Amino acid sequence: MEQQHDKNSENILSLANNLRWDLGVNLHDAVVESIYEDASRIARKTVSSKGNKAAYNLERKIDQLVTSRWLGFPIMLLMLALVFWLTIAGANVPSGLLAALLLDTVHPALKSFAAAAGLPWWLDGVLIDGAYLAMAWVVAVMLPPMAIFFPLFTLLEDLGYLPRVAFNMDSLYRKAGAHGKQALTMSMGFGCNAAGVIAARVIDSPRERLIAIITNNFSLCNGRWPTQILIATIFIGGAAPAHWAGLVSAGAVVGIAVLGIGFSLAVSWALSRSVLKGEASAFSLELPPYRPPRIWQTLYTSLIDRTIFVLWRAIVFAIPAGVVIWLVANVHIGGQSLAEYFIRWADPIALLFGLNGVIFLAYIIAIPANEIVIPTVLMLTVVSAGLSGVGAGAGVMFELDSIGATEEVLRAGGWTLLTGVNLMLFSLLHNPCSTTIYTIYKETNSLKWTLVSTFLPIVLGLAICFFVTQLWLLTA
Amino acid sequence: MRDTHPCENCPVHHTENLIRLGIAMDRVDYVVALAGNPNTGKSTVFNNLTGLRQHTGNWPGKTVVRAEGGFSFNDKRYKVVDLPGTYSLLSTSTDEEVARDFILFGRPDVTVIVVDATRLERNLNLALQILEITDRAVLCLNLIDEARRHEIEVDERALSRELGIPVVPAEARQKIGMEQLIAKIEEVASGKYICRPHRVRNRSARLNHAIEQLSKRLSEQFPGLPNLNWVALRLLEGDQRIIDAVQSGELGKLGAGLLAAPTR
Repeated sequence: MEQQHDKNSENILSLANNLRWDLGVNLHDAVVESIYEDASRIARKTVSSKGNKAAYNLERKIDQLVTSRWLGFPIMLLMLALVFWLTIAGANVPSGLLAALLLDTVHPALKSFAAAAGLPWWLDGVLIDGAYLAMAWVVAVMLPPMAIFFPLFTLLEDLGYLPRVAFNMDSLYRKAGAHGKQALTMSMGFGCNAAGVIAARVIDSPRERLIAIITNNFSLCNGRWPTQILIATIFIGGAAPAHWAGLVSAGAVVGIAVLGIGFSLAVSWALSRSVLKGEASAFSLELPPYRPPRIWQTLYTSLIDRTIFVLWRAIVFAIPAGVVIWLVANVHIGGQSLAEYFIRWADPIALLFGLNGVIFLAYIIAIPANEIVIPTVLMLTVVSAGLSGVGAGAGVMFELDSIGATEEVLRAGGWTLLTGVNLMLFSLLHNPCSTTIYTIYKETNSLKWTLVSTFLPIVLGLAICFFVTQLWLLTA
Repeated sequence: MRDTHPCENCPVHHTENLIRLGIAMDRVDYVVALAGNPNTGKSTVFNNLTGLRQHTGNWPGKTVVRAEGGFSFNDKRYKVVDLPGTYSLLSTSTDEEVARDFILFGRPDVTVIVVDATRLERNLNLALQILEITDRAVLCLNLIDEARRHEIEVDERALSRELGIPVVPAEARQKIGMEQLIAKIEEVASGKYICRPHRVRNRSARLNHAIEQLSKRLSEQFPGLPNLNWVALRLLEGDQRIIDAVQSGELGKLGAGLLAAPTR
């Protein structure tokens, strides 16, 4: 019975083979043609178009403009700059309000409540100065920019601008041996690298998808913008004449972002010519019609689905990090805290790269979320420089009230313009946050590529910092 | 003598019959697949039907994984599967295979073909290919607001006649036309509406003869298989996935399964 079945199947297949020979090589084209003919016949019968050429022409005109050879890129950069400017400018006030509420009001209240309840100092420290403060900081710093950035980005997406970006970037990525749609995943990465890594699923070829995943980290994510802006304001803006300071520091941040795009292209190029060899595959990209975005729905879904989702993840990671920060700053062995031990040990090595031990330790502790890098740096600087009279005491993460105060702490910790420049470079070129690393593992299902994606940027970052530092020291 | 408004006799009128089930989908009566070109609003229709909030965006290829959800209407439970958007089912890229395999092997009770009314001709290419595989389909003529803006008019009655399946005009983004769509899905699923799907004509006599020969053999080997001509054509084109399905007998199970459940 089973054999009979197999024999019949074979017969059918060999009949198909014979008939295929008879029909000749044009069969596929003929089949497709007959479908197209029918489709066009039905469309002719059922569609009547008075041809509103004006509306159609307007769309073509806009497309010619936003994808033109000369204006395409400037318009793109202006759009991005506008989105970032709105994010930075708009986030300042609510960030301050949230900080005032969570850090200046709720935190002291919790402290006095803990004192009244008779909590032991270490438990009070771990829970309130560690876990709570880390969470409060992440909420204060991340929530406002995300609540502005994600809806703006979603509006651009809804409007239909993203495919035009991909259209512009396509030739650059193809020249780098990568997929044109990597432009889409790169833009998603500006919001969150984990989201960008997931978005790489739109790329069919496994080789090109892997390249897109590995290089997504070169898109500055939400968590890294605050670091860039703060350090650029203090050190780069500070080195420029006062009336140019704002423009120069903003330019420096955009410069770092563009440098990131440059690195994503360069690394894609290098990968596709070494370990991930292959031709760039062609794809057709339909430029969809512009559609008026549904503002309220976009605001609602991007707030609920993206902002709250990403924020919740950050909080989940920030709480244990806060505990670790408090512990390394407060567990003493032989009169020195663990943090001080590490910083003293790492300082000489870090100075080679124009960084310092504090920055190294901060990046290790802040693996869960890039947004806690700056508070960690400040706290560790206070601990190691033995400053008194700032912050809320040893090993407490805090936010200094003004940029000026932050600057004083950093300068007292031995920071120079070189340290600032290198921190900005290292903030762009270092390992992805643990969420992204985990996402990369889930998406690639490969430990090897996860490790490559994690360590490749670190090696690159250290090399660039080393190069910059040595060149700086030679010319200075 | 009838004193009720005619609308009240229509099941669509009673919106309380519709319960969006989200992802709670145990015990389903019917499976509904959503297929169509990229960026025609499949995910928006999906969200409207299921009450879920699958991320939507105005760029082709946004749906990368199959999303599933459910709704219940007139005491029947429907599972809805949002397929990746494709331009055709003839080539071999992964997303096209996902869509085609689901329509062929997943045996949806109804396939909703979401098309962009402003680009009907191009969208019909896919619609016709889907109608070669399945004969239980509803055409959702989406984005008619956009078509109106471009002064494009689609005669949906004529279109329904040509395709042999129900055609429902819709503006999914504004949630317009969804009740009618659900009603048509029910009619097709329950067999109240018998589709007479358009089959591609104007093939050469030689090709038709070859298809005939092959489908006769196929029907002997796999009784109950509904889309014999399509399978035959795929074999003639040397489609590896279908060749494998013939060899492994997967097609046979498909036919047998359909015979065993004649009511569906």
